Amino acid sequence: MSSRRNRIADRVFKLWAIGCTLIGIIMLGIFLVNIAIDGLGRIDWDFITSLPSRKAEKAGIYVALLGTVWILVLTAIIAIPVGVAAGIYLEEYGKKSRFASILEINITNLAGVPSIIYGILGLEVFVRTFGLGKSVIAGALTLSLLILPIIIVATREALKAVPKTLREASFALGATKWQTVSKQVLPAASGGIVTGVILAISRAIGETAPLILVGAIVYLNKPPQTPLDQYSVLPMQIFNWISRPEQEFSVNAAAAIIILLLVTFVMNGIAIYLRYRWQRKVKW
Amino acid sequence: MKRKERFVEALLAFSGGLTILTTLGILIVLLIESIAFFNEVSIVEFLTDTQWTPLFADKHYGILALVSGTILTSFIAILVALPIGLSIAVYLNEYAHPRMRQIVKPVLEILAAIPTVVYGFFALTVVTPFLQGFIPGLSGFNSLSPGIVMGIMIIPFISSMSEDALYAVPKSLREASYGMGATRFQTAFRVLIPAASSGIIVSVILAISRAIGETMIVAVAAGQQPRLTLDPLVPVQTITTYIVQVSMGDVEQNSIEFRSIFAAGITLFVFTFVLNTISAKVKRKFQHKYE
Repeated sequence: MSSRRNRIADRVFKLWAIGCTLIGIIMLGIFLVNIAIDGLGRIDWDFITSLPSRKAEKAGIYVALLGTVWILVLTAIIAIPVGVAAGIYLEEYGKKSRFASILEINITNLAGVPSIIYGILGLEVFVRTFGLGKSVIAGALTLSLLILPIIIVATREALKAVPKTLREASFALGATKWQTVSKQVLPAASGGIVTGVILAISRAIGETAPLILVGAIVYLNKPPQTPLDQYSVLPMQIFNWISRPEQEFSVNAAAAIIILLLVTFVMNGIAIYLRYRWQRKVKW
Repeated sequence: MKRKERFVEALLAFSGGLTILTTLGILIVLLIESIAFFNEVSIVEFLTDTQWTPLFADKHYGILALVSGTILTSFIAILVALPIGLSIAVYLNEYAHPRMRQIVKPVLEILAAIPTVVYGFFALTVVTPFLQGFIPGLSGFNSLSPGIVMGIMIIPFISSMSEDALYAVPKSLREASYGMGATRFQTAFRVLIPAASSGIIVSVILAISRAIGETMIVAVAAGQQPRLTLDPLVPVQTITTYIVQVSMGDVEQNSIEFRSIFAAGITLFVFTFVLNTISAKVKRKFQHKYE
């Protein structure tokens, strides 16, 4: 009797759990279809190459799209070397030192700090104290700090996956520590590091809140020419269009969301593909 | 040779040290500006007043009005994400075919990769109108819809971390349970979940912390009206939304209105810091459990 009830409970839970699993996927589906219906018709070459406008049908994402590219490139230039270097230090050098263990706790904490707090930091330090103003470089520096913990953690994971024997073999041949790390360990871990870095950068592209604080602007009639120029980014443009009551701007928002999601998904796709290839190729 | 080695190590250590500067920077910035704020506003008013109206003529600085909005949206999000996320974790661990697992996990991770401003659009233009269909009293901006959408966003956090925790339970426990004739359901809920409870708790705490710091979904769909309420149907304002609202407007720098975002910021920081610290503590205990 009770064993029958147990088996029924088991079945019922299984159905419920399948439902739960599907709900996320169904929501994702509803959502993407909705956006596509709203926005696909609005996307054409004009939409991509037009300047912002107070008239919905004339407005385009040119300035925001180029601003996003600027932010992406500058953030990558700043955050990747620093993040990978810090990851190498923690995994290969600092292992047992007190400094390293403080660093480790600190990085875990930073990863949990809300992104808007990084915006407050950027506003106070880069925009006001350093006098960079509402410039692309101030935005890129802020986002770099935000994604640094992600890059560091990803680098460490990738380095951890490289077996000890490789390092020992290199030392046995008389290589120094840095020769071992730079010529043997880093190349072996490169696949994992690249994957982590791409995911981190794609996170930066979608960020809106910190950039609102450090001064991304919506109405600009030209994209930035130098790192010290003002800028806008796609999420900022989307936020502005969403906040307007007119239906036409909502259509613009949907169209811009399609472009933003396209960029995000392509980057995530590349990262997942690289991870897959790397896992298959490298069997230690 | 030696000198180069040392130089490289110093350079690497310096890169790591930048993260400590970041933390110090956050603390110093929040403290300096908040102290300036609390020179003008008494901390008692800040903690006990029930209204938050720094941008109005009649100024009140009661952070509770923002805290309630933050807690309300986060609570709704967890209410959605916890049962669903945990069920997914149990299902993928105990029921699903390994191949199913390989497909479902990356798809769910897409949910976490979508920019949050996009979720805000979803909440405002799809979920709110849908809910208004059967909740007539629901206003256009409310905490229910962004709360639900935020819950969907954090499902992958809870499901993937809980799954790792369930997976880490020693095989022997699972086999002992099956050996005694238990069903998968009994094994999951009487053996695995209790054994993995600390890992699951960590995932929930981190998800709460994430929800509290979430900005764009609530900025788009929850409204901008600070009020001390637990009614999910009316517009509210969260701590994060207030910071956004002030930054978007043209508030004069160094004014009390401007400084109020740092007071709001430090409140937010304290909340998330406490949650993250608790989760780190639980995690450390949990790591030693089965070794």
